[in-house]
Amino acid sequence: MSTAKKPTLAVWKFSSCDGCQLTLLDCEDELLAVVGQVEIAYFLEASRATLSGPYDLSIVEGSITTAGDIERIREVRRLSGHVVSIGACATAGGIQALRNFADVQEFISIVYAHPQYIRTLEHSTPPSAHIDVDFELHGCPIDKRQLLEVITAFLRGRRPQIASHSVCVECKRRGTVCVMVSKGTPCLGPVTHAGCGAICPAYDRGCYGCFGPADTTNIPAFVNALGRAGMSGFDLVRVFRTFNADTPAFREASTNAELAALNA
Amino acid sequence: MTHSKGASRTLSVASLARVEGEGSMHVVVRDGIVRDVELRIFEPPRFFEAFLRGRSYTELPDITARICGICPVAYQMSACQAIENACGVRIDDQVRALRRMLYCGEWIESHTLHIYLLHAPDFLGYESAIDLARDHRDIVERGLKLKKVGNDILNVLGGRAIHPVNVRVGGFYKAPPVAELRALTERLSWARDAAIATARWVAGFEFPDVTLQGDLVALRNDREYPILEGRIASTSGLDIAVADFPDHFTEEHVAHSTALQGHARSGDPYTLGPLARYNLNFDVLPPLVKQVAADVGVAGSCRNPFQSIIVRALEVVFACDEALRIIAGYEPPGKPHAEIPARSGTGHGCTEAPRGSLYHRYTIDSDGIIRDAVIVPPTSQNQPSIERSLRQFVQDRLHLEDGELTRQCEQAIRNYDPCISCATHFLDLTVDRG
Repeated sequence: MSTAKKPTLAVWKFSSCDGCQLTLLDCEDELLAVVGQVEIAYFLEASRATLSGPYDLSIVEGSITTAGDIERIREVRRLSGHVVSIGACATAGGIQALRNFADVQEFISIVYAHPQYIRTLEHSTPPSAHIDVDFELHGCPIDKRQLLEVITAFLRGRRPQIASHSVCVECKRRGTVCVMVSKGTPCLGPVTHAGCGAICPAYDRGCYGCFGPADTTNIPAFVNALGRAGMSGFDLVRVFRTFNADTPAFREASTNAELAALNA
Repeated sequence: MTHSKGASRTLSVASLARVEGEGSMHVVVRDGIVRDVELRIFEPPRFFEAFLRGRSYTELPDITARICGICPVAYQMSACQAIENACGVRIDDQVRALRRMLYCGEWIESHTLHIYLLHAPDFLGYESAIDLARDHRDIVERGLKLKKVGNDILNVLGGRAIHPVNVRVGGFYKAPPVAELRALTERLSWARDAAIATARWVAGFEFPDVTLQGDLVALRNDREYPILEGRIASTSGLDIAVADFPDHFTEEHVAHSTALQGHARSGDPYTLGPLARYNLNFDVLPPLVKQVAADVGVAGSCRNPFQSIIVRALEVVFACDEALRIIAGYEPPGKPHAEIPARSGTGHGCTEAPRGSLYHRYTIDSDGIIRDAVIVPPTSQNQPSIERSLRQFVQDRLHLEDGELTRQCEQAIRNYDPCISCATHFLDLTVDRG
């Protein structure tokens, strides 16, 4: 092994399911090669050995949901050359951002017998709401090929090559017949960010928006199309309120659908 | 971190490594006696049981998967089972076999992750599998390749390894063609051999002489090693239907944990997971697994929590063997899923997540809207038992200096493969020696 100083990599967890950092350990064919190129300086899920910062590249999983999280994410920023947020929690607040549409005190009282023990913020937010983030990688979970591209790009000092088109393009590339056109299955593909490889339509179901909104969308026209596919009322609210519910495009879509459903 | 003054001592692990999620451990010692052990779980709450109210019953597999990136299939399966129970629908045998195979993929992936990347480094004196690979690259490569076979099953049947997309209430969106499953046979045959080699490898580690006290609880049916179904059984003779779970087990909210703690109604801690499954179901394991168990010296029963690494390896042997058996008998079902018309009612589901029995209960209305959700993950049920076992473990090792004591405590906690993301839906150790 080379004795030249390798760039340091840190992996941080906030509120999340662990699936996005697991994606790194799921790179079974590449993991040992990656750790040959970088020094794993902080990655608690993988190692009890930790190095103090600064770190060349920090990868952040999870959303900010406590006052302590805000302090910690600022510290991560201070210690890191580059900060990359990975996954729906760290780019949109995640499924736990459903509290942003509700009363968190009511949520606490439903789950916990002693609400006074629980300290949590009213909203679940991505790190970018608190610090400057150098790159956001979408997905619930993220795609491992994209993760490797992002790590490689930052190690090489270039921007990651991550496509910004919709899932529809990936379906065409995969040769999947459109489930919305051919079967009338409601599918979020037209408004959803590419990255997964268009898995759902290949498994005979509609896309459900794991990667969040694509960079350019026409939500009102798309909601009409969902209506023609038979989706209405609160189903239209729920379909936009999942893992990327608090992104501007999906929030607007679900809020408008909710107003329509309440007035129906 | 250590704080010492006079006759008392505090041991503190501020952030537990090589566990899934975030937690810490705090031990208080006074006059040479361990007074208290707390497994503190800080994982911030995500409120699944609250925001599930008002969702549609058909959304459960996609949403509950997000509780845990390591065992999403377990959440999907317990949720589907509970809804099918509420709606009174039976699932046909071929769909059931595919579910069992998907779950085998998760057991292989999750157990192999734990054996090679999280737990084995403790026994061999390494900080991580990455360090282990510097000296034993071939062993770590075998582990990664074995783990990948588990993910291959998840990819084929589920569409992807983390948060599979192909699961729906009633079954699957799409059943795989025979050829796609058969294509896994060669890799699974290799994996079964690799899992046997893994069992022999880990059985050669040195194990402290520790006996897990208390009741062990797992599913049991008399036909097969439990994954998807059975009655809830225990080593003290409990034998109840899944729907009776709430009558026998309860959750308690304590100040030091955002995970609710599970207790038997009697107040006694109990333990779920591989050791529980193994002790309650050894008789129904296939002959091959029994033979390997005999070869490595744990046939019949195993109550040493440190040897849970051997039992996990045996369960990987079993999961590979079972997946091969399912592939050999596979005929695509007529329909990939049963229709599940909504009806108002309450349903219960319990399946064997890699870390132990995972119980779900939902009440839905006649439109299929969820009115109440209860999810009891294995780690929150194991938390009191882990605390109790650590109390004696630390007492027996008080002569150790803090650094070594901390290291051994972390290893003892990892015996249970705690998944803290699940449990709140870990470890910073503090030993307060006074």
